[in-house]
Amino acid sequence: MHESHKFKIPIGPQHPALKEPESFSVALKGEKILGVEIRLGYNHRGIEKACEERTYIQDIYLAERICGICSHSHSSCFIQCVEELAGLEVPKRGLFIRTLIGELERVHSHFLWLGVAGHEVGFDTLLMYTWRDRELVMDLLAGLTGNRVNYGMNTIGGVRRDVTKEQLRKIKETVDVLEERTMYYIKIATSEPTLINRLSGVGVLSREDTLSLDAVGPTARASGVSRDVRRDDPYAAYAELNFYVITDDHCDVYGRTIVRVKELLESFKIIREIVAKIPEGPIAVKAPRRIPAGEALSRYEAPRGEDMHYVKSNGSDKPERVKVRAPTLANVQAVKHMLKDRYLADLPIVIAAIDPCFSCTDRMVRLDRMDKGQSDVINWKQLHDYSLGWHREHGVDFSSLNERLKKAL
Amino acid sequence: MRELFNIIVFPGFIFLALFGFAAEYFDRRMHARLQNRKGPPWFQPVADFIKLISKEDLIPSDANAGMFRMAPIVALASTVTAFLYIPLWNGKALYSFNGDVIVVLYFLTIPTMAIFIGGWYSTSLFARLGSVRAITQLFAYEVPLFIGILSAALLADSWSLAGIVRFYNSHPLLFICNIPGFVVSLVALLGKLERVPFDIPEAETEIVAGAFTEYSGRLLAFFRMTLAIEMVVGASLLAAVFLPTVAVPGASGSAGTGLYPAAFIGFGVYLIEVFFIVALISLARTIFARLRLDQMVVFCWKFLAPLGIAQLLLNLYLKGLLTR
Repeated sequence: MHESHKFKIPIGPQHPALKEPESFSVALKGEKILGVEIRLGYNHRGIEKACEERTYIQDIYLAERICGICSHSHSSCFIQCVEELAGLEVPKRGLFIRTLIGELERVHSHFLWLGVAGHEVGFDTLLMYTWRDRELVMDLLAGLTGNRVNYGMNTIGGVRRDVTKEQLRKIKETVDVLEERTMYYIKIATSEPTLINRLSGVGVLSREDTLSLDAVGPTARASGVSRDVRRDDPYAAYAELNFYVITDDHCDVYGRTIVRVKELLESFKIIREIVAKIPEGPIAVKAPRRIPAGEALSRYEAPRGEDMHYVKSNGSDKPERVKVRAPTLANVQAVKHMLKDRYLADLPIVIAAIDPCFSCTDRMVRLDRMDKGQSDVINWKQLHDYSLGWHREHGVDFSSLNERLKKAL
Repeated sequence: MRELFNIIVFPGFIFLALFGFAAEYFDRRMHARLQNRKGPPWFQPVADFIKLISKEDLIPSDANAGMFRMAPIVALASTVTAFLYIPLWNGKALYSFNGDVIVVLYFLTIPTMAIFIGGWYSTSLFARLGSVRAITQLFAYEVPLFIGILSAALLADSWSLAGIVRFYNSHPLLFICNIPGFVVSLVALLGKLERVPFDIPEAETEIVAGAFTEYSGRLLAFFRMTLAIEMVVGASLLAAVFLPTVAVPGASGSAGTGLYPAAFIGFGVYLIEVFFIVALISLARTIFARLRLDQMVVFCWKFLAPLGIAQLLLNLYLKGLLTR
């Protein structure tokens, strides 16, 4: 089939396999992938810069909007930095509630991933089933926080809403139902032949490559790297909870599926433990408006892997610098490696297997041309002129209209 | 006048179109219910068709407009023509001659070729990949389909579909021997209809809509209708060859328009059989993931073709027993 025929197809920035804009330019020979060029930068929102111009309280909500799925992770991670700078001791109950929301978020994120993975390999039934069950978690989160996503639960020094006994009972009931469903998905994932055929041996990332490419989260754990911030550097209430870090030795997409499904079971265990152990007391302490000068770095195990926030304070009510390293940025380099010598049909599931969140990852890229010593960055005025020039070339010219407008005024 | 009625209304184009819509609705609804969804209302396929028909046809500027326009029409015409040779309920097709089983299989191959040509001439990368995949897939499922259906014909000692149906009417229990052939043909039909697990040529998450990527408006409507009708025709073919029919006494009148109760019973049984096969197709669509092209080809040649050949050998042996 066209042995001599090599061509490039664009997967993205707009493509049905991608939920967010990102460009994968795939060089193909027949069905075989020769190489992939990944290009970020289609969804840059300038959140880090925006954080510097807002107060810490406003920044919490901005950080929450870095990601639509792991929103609680980003706001918690940001807040941990600020609390460290301010030297705040968050009450136990507040930490437990924060952890509870974090685990519920992990559950809904992993269910979401399972559905997306099913869709990418053409197994829509899995998508329909998992997303139906995900609604149970979404309802819980809506009941606890008032929102399905972007919960607005965190505040500096604790959380904003308490949970009632009634709510805890409901969480327990729902978790029982979800655990039963998860067992069913484990059965499907380990026995359905077409699914196993599509997942195993695909997107292989060896343990050595994982370490050298610095993959994080389930992607790393599926390659046998036992790395989990919740255990290695406990934050919130994790130091008081018992759980295992799930690892797997398949090193492929199948392994990543197994890790995520088993992690769901661990999350249910953690949630049950939180419900049983949650102490009484206040949920937050009062936080100062101005944060003392200093810098802090915090880590958080988001559903997609290790999330990292860095905050530098200058003693005012606004941070001087905020830096976010979302888990996808650590994993996206591995994708190129995983796709080597695979088929085009594997591309969507391999990309999906790192559970990418491109808008979290996106950053501005500045190209410095080494040969000419010139930079490709253009300022607002240049962009404006370029746009006008482009339209003039294509026959759209408003300059005469502008002059007439000036005269009329 | 009679021929015109037969070709245009029953069992020709209009009947087939409505039947195709009904089967598409049944398939979508069943698929949805199996997935714990509500599914579309009964008029959804018709509404989709009318909506597409009323839209503008966009033809890519680089595409060969003639070929691009011709492909869906050829596909639709050949599928509808194939139906004329399939006996519906009383062992008699509208037109029948010795060898028409080959012609029907041949007519059912044309839509795939038309999809290839339409995709190839639309000059989009996704469409070209899709059309190449469609052809690659054709080489994998076509042989098992032929072996499966022709081995049943071999046992019946007739190369006309009407003859095959008459034979199995008089030997109703022999259909049990053809069950492996039925399975082979059904799986091959999934490939022909580009259904999960063999929807590789139009794998949405890889190559957008495959060969149909550049199609829109009326031409896309015709292609979609072709696939719906192909499902009905393929199911009718399998029903005629493999499923037991009720031997209806007194239904020896002319095919097509008889209005006696026996014909109604026969027609009802035929409908049930077709919907049974459509149900099997949507069940497969629900419980499987899409295979990769290489896996599909390996599956067809390693499992499907040998099973078909086993059926062929079994039927040769049976035929020896029967004619002794």
